[in-house]
Amino acid sequence: MSTNLAKLVPAARAEQFTGKLRLLSTLYPPVMLGVFLLIPLCITLVVSVSQRVPAGFYSPGFDLSHYLRFFTPLFLRQTAFSFVLAAIAASCCVGIAFPFTYLLTQLSQTAQVLILIFILSVLSLSEVIISFSWSVLLSESAGLSNLLVFLKILPQAVAWAPGLAAVLLALIYRTLPFAVLVFYPAVTRLNPEVSEAAQTLGASPVRTFFDIILPMQRRAIVTAFLFAFIFAIGSYLIPQMLGSPQHWTISVSITDQAIQQSNLPFAAALSLMLMLLTLGLVWLISSISDRGTER
Amino acid sequence: MSYSINRRQFIRGAAAFAGFTAAVACSPQAPSVQTGEKRSLKVGTFGGFFEEAFVKNIYPEFTKATGIEIESVPTPAADAWYTQLETAARANQAPTDLSMMAQIPMLRGQASELWTPFDLERIPNAKYLKDNFIHRYPDGRVDGIGAASWYITFVTNKTKHPNAPTSWASLWDEQYRNQLGMNALPTGGFLLDITAATFFGGSKILETQDGILQVMNKAAEIKPNVKLWYRDEAQFQQALETGELAMGQYYHDVSVLKAKQGKPIQSTFTKEGGINDSGCWVMSRPSKKLEEAYVFMDYMCQPEIQAKLSRNVGVAPVVDRKDTDLTDEEFNAVASDISPIIPAYRTYMEQGDWIAQKWTEMITS
Repeated sequence: MSTNLAKLVPAARAEQFTGKLRLLSTLYPPVMLGVFLLIPLCITLVVSVSQRVPAGFYSPGFDLSHYLRFFTPLFLRQTAFSFVLAAIAASCCVGIAFPFTYLLTQLSQTAQVLILIFILSVLSLSEVIISFSWSVLLSESAGLSNLLVFLKILPQAVAWAPGLAAVLLALIYRTLPFAVLVFYPAVTRLNPEVSEAAQTLGASPVRTFFDIILPMQRRAIVTAFLFAFIFAIGSYLIPQMLGSPQHWTISVSITDQAIQQSNLPFAAALSLMLMLLTLGLVWLISSISDRGTER
Repeated sequence: MSYSINRRQFIRGAAAFAGFTAAVACSPQAPSVQTGEKRSLKVGTFGGFFEEAFVKNIYPEFTKATGIEIESVPTPAADAWYTQLETAARANQAPTDLSMMAQIPMLRGQASELWTPFDLERIPNAKYLKDNFIHRYPDGRVDGIGAASWYITFVTNKTKHPNAPTSWASLWDEQYRNQLGMNALPTGGFLLDITAATFFGGSKILETQDGILQVMNKAAEIKPNVKLWYRDEAQFQQALETGELAMGQYYHDVSVLKAKQGKPIQSTFTKEGGINDSGCWVMSRPSKKLEEAYVFMDYMCQPEIQAKLSRNVGVAPVVDRKDTDLTDEEFNAVASDISPIIPAYRTYMEQGDWIAQKWTEMITS
């Protein structure tokens, strides 16, 4: 009897322990989601309806005027521009990253790892450093155009920054590693027999790529596009350092409102509007893409 | 990279946030126990060259003279720092005991009584301060003690533009198409004040919205000449040094320092005067170190310390020049006798949101 009990007690304890562990593991995701997502979001929401104290900070209240102010031509134009800019940047990024990743997976394992490490190291650079470096590289006095003059391709050095091309270039540079990161696992899982079969049936390598490989990777392409798009639309230093004022995105205005104007309610309202619009777009693109897959 | 030299610049994000978090994390909320413990004071100044110069040239001797240790906190530009102080105060935190604060955020802080009022009698050396450097609440309580003042002047690249300009009006000259660097923010470069002083006979016109719009329309004529609207000082400075830009508006002291280092930069006080902006020492509500703060501010108001600041930190004194032993050369390196353009601070307070929006519409269109 006593030996049985001795066996039973630890067993019961162990069960109790596993039960607690299970409960903890169930609670862990919602707790983390709450701490790192919901609570900050709620604070932003509360601030966005607070009362702006003119010439001061803000006080608690319920004021929807900040949301109404979003619908003035200036902010609507900036938002529309931001979406177009981010879409172009994300498209270019995917357009470069996909063939790049595909060709990368054809290389030896060591080469793949080395190139991947190099690309991912771009992620460790801050946006300030990236913007600064590009502004030097695209400048008239010390930039790449001097190299082209040396090679007799250009008659004289030119300034490519500030300008739209400079903003796009830096945005693509910044988002490229994310896209490669999304593509890499999907592309390495591609069964080589598929393209072999296509080519046996007479398809050229280019046709195999466009007609077979590309459609099979639709989901990865959409994911990479959305990743790049969200990063591009949230970027505020690149547009303000490499763009002319007409290239400043809504994120630049949000920063100005929060930091320069100390208008946190309006900055919060602008952020939430931007977030809603971005989520709407993400939902739209994913549902269109899913419908395409079902068919 | 020329980051370290820029004292008012801020690299948004990392540096400021890290500094802020560190400061909040280290901030003891219990009133300090003075007995048997070293007295200390957390002082915030603009990160970069400015803060480094204070740490190197000012704080050690202050500690030697008073026994109060200074814990230096590098802060971002004043507007951003104000937002952080205000947010921290709502959580009853004081990331610094004293901070150097520019005029517009000073006025913003008044609205929520963020600044601890000071008793002038506890700062006897404040008698040396010029009147406009004693900052007060509308009801007369003192909330800021002049710390330092600085100028924004007309700066040129000597190689690209060998003749010193005589008037701000040159910024509008068609021959400088696409060659200028101007501050992108209305309260960063005070272009409206420059325009009003140059073309409208002074700041009176900025008292009404109609007047402001007239000035803004005139200011908008500068746009074809502007190649870079900058927020980041380092970006402008580098572009001017390399000749990417021929001219623009910038801080006089940094320009003089750069010229001394052999860069082709010239800073000119035009006939309308340079823009004169200044910083005050302020204490945010939750700080409990008022006693130490009085000792510090009193020390900083001494004319010889003000002269030392001019020599080592490059700022203009907030005390009368006559009380200091600055030579002409030393004084001209940081200031000018030409009467300055003082920004219309009240206008930016009362019409701030409206001006900011009109301004953005103006430069982004």
